[in-house]
Amino acid sequence: MKGEIIVETEDLTKKYGQRTAVDHLNIKIEEGEVFGFLGPNGAGKTTTLLMFLGLTEPTSGRAKVIGFDPTREPFKVKEKVGYLPENVGFYDDMDARQNLRYIAKLNRISGEVSEKRIDYWLEMVGLSDESTKKVGTFSKGMRQRLGIAEVLIKEPKLVFLDEPTIGLDPDGTNRMLDLIHSLSREKNITLFLSSHLLDQVQRICDRVGIMINGNLVAIGPIEELAKKKLGLDQQDYTLEEIYMKYFKEA
Amino acid sequence: MYGILTIFRKEMGDHFNSLRFLLISALIVMVGVIITSMVGMAIREELKGMAKPTLIFLLLFTSTGKLFSFVQFIGFFGPLLGIFLGFDSINRERISRTLSKLVSQPIFRDSIINAKFLSGVAIIAIILVATVLLISGLGIRLIGVVPGAEEVSRLVIYVVISLLYISFWLGISILFSVIFRSAATSALASLAIWIFFSFFVSLGASVLSDAVAPVSQTASGVDAEMLMRHERVQRLTSLVSPMTLYSEATTTILDPMRKTTRTLVLMGPLERFSMSRFQSPLPLLESLFIVIPHIISIVAITLLCFGICYFVFMRQEIRTV
Ligand SMILES: Nc1ncnc2c1ncn2[C@@H]1O[C@H](COP(=O)(O)OP(=O)(O)OP(=O)(O)O)[C@@H](O)[C@H]1O
Ligand SMILES: [Mg+2]
Repeated sequence: MKGEIIVETEDLTKKYGQRTAVDHLNIKIEEGEVFGFLGPNGAGKTTTLLMFLGLTEPTSGRAKVIGFDPTREPFKVKEKVGYLPENVGFYDDMDARQNLRYIAKLNRISGEVSEKRIDYWLEMVGLSDESTKKVGTFSKGMRQRLGIAEVLIKEPKLVFLDEPTIGLDPDGTNRMLDLIHSLSREKNITLFLSSHLLDQVQRICDRVGIMINGNLVAIGPIEELAKKKLGLDQQDYTLEEIYMKYFKEA
Repeated sequence: MYGILTIFRKEMGDHFNSLRFLLISALIVMVGVIITSMVGMAIREELKGMAKPTLIFLLLFTSTGKLFSFVQFIGFFGPLLGIFLGFDSINRERISRTLSKLVSQPIFRDSIINAKFLSGVAIIAIILVATVLLISGLGIRLIGVVPGAEEVSRLVIYVVISLLYISFWLGISILFSVIFRSAATSALASLAIWIFFSFFVSLGASVLSDAVAPVSQTASGVDAEMLMRHERVQRLTSLVSPMTLYSEATTTILDPMRKTTRTLVLMGPLERFSMSRFQSPLPLLESLFIVIPHIISIVAITLLCFGICYFVFMRQEIRTV
């Protein structure tokens, strides 16, 4: 146990018509951990994240994020929680710095502080040299990095990342993973990321949850799941083997 | 409140930097200057050696000259201005996927739609005020008459009514930009509404009044009572159209020689002559009194339209694509 519970759900359910996108989800995330949220396409990962931010109302059940109900007090949640959407968009006719500045303003960060933070995070995601280029000219990977800088500029306590490393080159991916790791270790930011790239998840996540068809079929530290599912204490298991086993069973 | 202000500032910046704003302003200024020059010169010719009649300054705006008056031009182009400024305001952000990012910031969701509407209104106000000032300046030089307090007040009322009216069209186009994902569809839908109100309402009004109170042209002449009913039905029906509301309100305010908003005044040439000679203009307060119901109606439909827009936007699923 690392610390306090920062995300907690109670039978969180979302139905779209007949289709249940998220089915009675019960999950607890502790402060400071890196949590990997896995599952095939259409499993309900994005829907869950949207409910955590109060962007979609649950059909039934409850969520509590940093102590607030996102449906009732979305404002409080959004103040302290960062969210990188699946396919993040920008104002293409503004440059990277202007985009960041706008988001900083919406978060009520004062001019001086915001300029400092913008410099810092542009450096951290490796976009310092591109900061005055129009975002419309950015490559997919550059946009993804800018998206991450934009999420971190408000210095959140908790960050939801929907497929954060998608479109990054190998070097960029490594730097991003290192960044995520250090955010958790040095700044005690809780990270909740959904991803399909299992080897990356395996590298940085303390715990994972596997969601299939709206049901959370497994949750726990990777070693524990390996022990349970593969029945071995061997060290050379991969997350992929575990995932595939759960996937076939479901 | 803070969120509204930030988004409002950004939207204003976007408007000012957009080619669209530049083109629209250039067009309005150009038309305004051309009309005023023509009308102003004509008035100057006519005024030679004559005492200046009352409220001559307003003629700069209402006199048709060879083409059309400035007021007619705004009556026609105003709705398009509102539509141009709003038809892609929400769906643009949806397509660029910035909307989902915006709503995950600590702002209230309605600040987005409020700020967009208000920035549009501000832009319309800037364009209107600037053009009216420009025309007035040009007019003062051309006809050598400085507007009096009453003329200025009438112009101010005119600008306010026009602002409300164009904001109604802005509201319509923002509504469609919330409903339709494609900017082209939303522009077309707004234009369809515009065409409907411009042409078909008056057509419908005359069809309806013919049906309800047919005026037969028999040998014995026209039945006066029937004629009145015919007129009344036609008028009431066409009041459904914001265009009619607007044009009646503005003509009453800017053309105070008219004592009624009705168009049907049967006059012989002598009567017409005597009216134009000896009629005194309707006092400002009374003109205002006549148009207050019109203004209230325009405000009501604008609020209704924005209210629907607000309601739809607040309930919409934010997930993009
Ligand atoms: N607005 C909607 N209306 C109807 N069904 C929806 C809607 N949004 C999502 N769904 C359905 O909910 C299910 C879960 O979708 P979700 O986007 O959460 O999946 P995901 O796990 O994020 O998938 P991916 O890995 O592809 O991103 C899908 O079956 C999807 O079709
Ligand atoms: Mg998803």
